[in-house]
Amino acid sequence: MELTISDLAVARGGIPVLEGLSFALAPGRALILRGPNGIGKTTLLRTIAGLQPPLAGRIGLDREAMTYAAHADGLKSTLSVEENLMFWAAVFGTDRVAEALAGFALEPLRNRPAGALSAGQKRRLGLARLIVTGRPVWVLDEPTVSLDVAAVAMFGAAIRAHLAQGGMALIATHIDLGLEEAEVFDVGPYKAKPPKLEDFDEVFL
Amino acid sequence: MIALLIRDLRLAVRAGGGFGLGLSFFLIVVVLVPFGVGPETGLLARIAPGILWLGALLACLLSLDRILALDWEDGSLDLLATSPLPMEGIVSIKALAHWLTTGLPLVIASPLFGLLLSLPEQAYVPMVLSLLIGTPALSVIGTFGAALTVGLKRGGLLLSLLVLPLYVPTLIFGAEMARRGAEGLAFLTPMLMLAGISFGVIALLPFASASVLRVNLR
Repeated sequence: MELTISDLAVARGGIPVLEGLSFALAPGRALILRGPNGIGKTTLLRTIAGLQPPLAGRIGLDREAMTYAAHADGLKSTLSVEENLMFWAAVFGTDRVAEALAGFALEPLRNRPAGALSAGQKRRLGLARLIVTGRPVWVLDEPTVSLDVAAVAMFGAAIRAHLAQGGMALIATHIDLGLEEAEVFDVGPYKAKPPKLEDFDEVFL
Repeated sequence: MIALLIRDLRLAVRAGGGFGLGLSFFLIVVVLVPFGVGPETGLLARIAPGILWLGALLACLLSLDRILALDWEDGSLDLLATSPLPMEGIVSIKALAHWLTTGLPLVIASPLFGLLLSLPEQAYVPMVLSLLIGTPALSVIGTFGAALTVGLKRGGLLLSLLVLPLYVPTLIFGAEMARRGAEGLAFLTPMLMLAGISFGVIALLPFASASVLRVNLR
């Protein structure tokens, strides 16, 4: 199983933002996406995760293989840490809650309502959900927001463990995760050109 | 799917979940009507079926924007959309959870509230029956409206405007069934129409809701 992206073009609100993207991700590898703000990294990740259709091109892996994590963690503030993870475990049909709690040092917090967690703890819980899903491709959008240095190291370790099991990770981030083995892919050169009008009259059509 | 239903029910009954919201609103309407129209028993008995149905409908409407908006705000809708659950299943479960937390309590409480409006004795069975058959349609149609307006900030007003016309057939046949029951007439025909509407929307609308939700999540 390999994630191959060929000649992908993505659009946000009907306007093309990135085009001609091609890359491949082999099992056990991570790819870090870089590019300035607003270039379309989030749109690209949402397209790969199957939340929106691509404008053109092909994503060579089914969306059932992906799990997506974005700025919002999808936590319910009145459910406890453990209940939040148990819910996702039931949805994805796995039983890796204990592993996820251990991976992000959430065991002491397991009975605390998610609403009472700090921003960094919420983020850790959001990332712990990735382990619970048991899916091979992690599609991550700025995963380290509001994490401290120790938690970033924890996250790095979780990624390594996932890669060691033959998983893949596609990460849009601006900071150094300490993953020396990860390849870096700059999306900057793939910025879509503004649509050319063939005919002046088309402006008025 | 069961996990999603259990989660939604658990969220509804915990603090801030809005479980009692519809029921209290229903109670307020029913208690205030006699003050507004006067305590004359004959008049109250005549308008009671309509008032009960209107109260139930408005109580339903009040909680519609919670069905999907909360999940959208905290990002769990995106995560659910990428989960193995089919989108049609997600919206159906959401509608079911809404009915269990809003519609069903109204059905159960309606005999008590009928008493407050001096509902005639023979009207209780058709009244409860009409609400039991009709309120699921309100939840399913409401979920469709919620799916249409999910990305909008403060979409509640637009949601009400979109959903109200779709509620009209349910209201007409539901209130007609209860009124006929109150007057001791046969109520089979409006009951069948009401059941037809409910089964129709339960069978078809989840597909529409799922498609608009997919578009809205882009």
